[in-house]
Amino acid sequence: MRHLRLETVGAWLLGVMWILPLAWAVWSAIHPPSSTQSFGLFSPVTLRNFATAWSMAPFGRSMVNTVVLVSMVLAAQFVLCTPAAFAFARLKFPGRDILFGVVLIQLMVAPEVLMVENYRTIGKLDLVNSLFGIALPYLGSAFGIFLLRQAFRTVPEELDAAARIEGLSLRQRIWKLYLPLARPTYVAYGLVLVSFHWNNFLWPLVITNSVGVRPITVQLAMFSTTDQGTNWSIITAATLLSTAPLVIAFLLFQRQFVQSFMRARAQ
Amino acid sequence: MTPAWLAGERREALQGWLLVLPALLFLTAFTYWPTLETAWASLHTAAVPGHPSRFAPLFEFKSLARDPVFWQVLRNNFYYALALIPATMALALAMALAVNGRIPGRAVLRLAYFTPTVLPMIAVANIWLFFFTPGYGLVDKLLAPFGFGSWNWLGESSTALFAVIVIAVWKQAGFYMIFYLAALQSLPVELAEAAELEGSSRVNYLRRVVWPLLMPTTLFVFVNAVIDAFRLVDQIVVLTHGGPDNATAILLYYVYQVGFQYFDAHYASALTMVLLALLGLLAWFQFAVLGRRVHYR
Repeated sequence: MRHLRLETVGAWLLGVMWILPLAWAVWSAIHPPSSTQSFGLFSPVTLRNFATAWSMAPFGRSMVNTVVLVSMVLAAQFVLCTPAAFAFARLKFPGRDILFGVVLIQLMVAPEVLMVENYRTIGKLDLVNSLFGIALPYLGSAFGIFLLRQAFRTVPEELDAAARIEGLSLRQRIWKLYLPLARPTYVAYGLVLVSFHWNNFLWPLVITNSVGVRPITVQLAMFSTTDQGTNWSIITAATLLSTAPLVIAFLLFQRQFVQSFMRARAQ
Repeated sequence: MTPAWLAGERREALQGWLLVLPALLFLTAFTYWPTLETAWASLHTAAVPGHPSRFAPLFEFKSLARDPVFWQVLRNNFYYALALIPATMALALAMALAVNGRIPGRAVLRLAYFTPTVLPMIAVANIWLFFFTPGYGLVDKLLAPFGFGSWNWLGESSTALFAVIVIAVWKQAGFYMIFYLAALQSLPVELAEAAELEGSSRVNYLRRVVWPLLMPTTLFVFVNAVIDAFRLVDQIVVLTHGGPDNATAILLYYVYQVGFQYFDAHYASALTMVLLALLGLLAWFQFAVLGRRVHYR
């Protein structure tokens, strides 16, 4: 019994270390700038900081940019990875296994590693400083292909054979059999993808150079470093604002999120 | 209708290639081709007016070897990995064991551990910037009773790397926890019951039974942690700019700096090649050494 109590204390100590920064961020954002450093329990609560932060930089615009960017990547990855994953899972064609090995290489090499060359490519396509330019390097995804292939392989072959006997075409088989059965994997993959691209920073930073196309992370970084000095209340308010949509979605769908991350990586 | 020469196996082969092609095109354009281009560029000198680019396979790599900043960056990245990987993995395992057991407030704890994972590193960096503020930051305030004075954690070259590591650990541990948690939950309940019947202590049970069974997960998390040790630079970009005196510059940050602030694409290519070589080594380790233990069926 004693070691169990010790464990509880340890776990909560760790928990406090993980909650404290978040709690401080909320506390600081809802109190006037003057009281950030003195943690008085009865300091007046205010929402002014959020309004101030929102009016000081085009966060709304950046938020829209991020939403468009994330939707674009999500849609394109689903469309591109689904047929490839199906082919790797269920079709026999010469060079398949070697090709799959080549695809897996991309799991190691994140597009950021190749940002210098990719910047040149995007430049040649005249897409620097555009949302499409941010999205392009991420549209083909070994991670997506790998994940969906795993899911498609669990579809019983007998079902597939039956569908073929009934005269369903390849497209119909994917659409009516494989997609519905792989739904949980799509949800998992989608959630992981959305949180990755909502939070992505370095590549969008180098490929954008104007307010109109900046996603929210780049906007937040610019805001915190240049516009603000050290007005903590305003900075934390901006920080919470820019992460709010994702965090709220996370709190609402906590179970799915956690299970999705498990499913997506732990297969 | 399908012509006779295009039936059966041939038809399937064609379908296979056609279905793979679009994704492959994008992967080629933004991963495989740029990798080759990077290799090619690293073997050439930069073109300057009057001196066109020429083939000089060792030129960039020689200047790399002479560049003290490069060696410092490599050393930094080594320390970054050496601290980040074991710290996040140990914490992740501890967290998973905690929330897998019957502990008061389990749901709250799991939420607390996992939340940093869905926050962008930029947001995390903003929050920790305050904690590390000299004088009135929380870290200094907590240390003050023990006789420590005001200290600029992110601004002193002796502690800046440590500070950016702390931030990365705080952000990543909950992410890896998920994989350990998934593995723990898939362990048969009978194992724990059998251990209890045999009267073996909890420590013994964890060490002799759970730890070996978690080995595939540990290897999987390890490979991901190594990749992260080369990839997590956002907090460095916004908080320290690699400084002070390059104390927090790791390899990917240096690539960014050389490529996009010094605009030396060829030197950046040589640096990228070093990064790719290290990742290649990891890939080799994963596929050859670990073999099928990390399952890629």
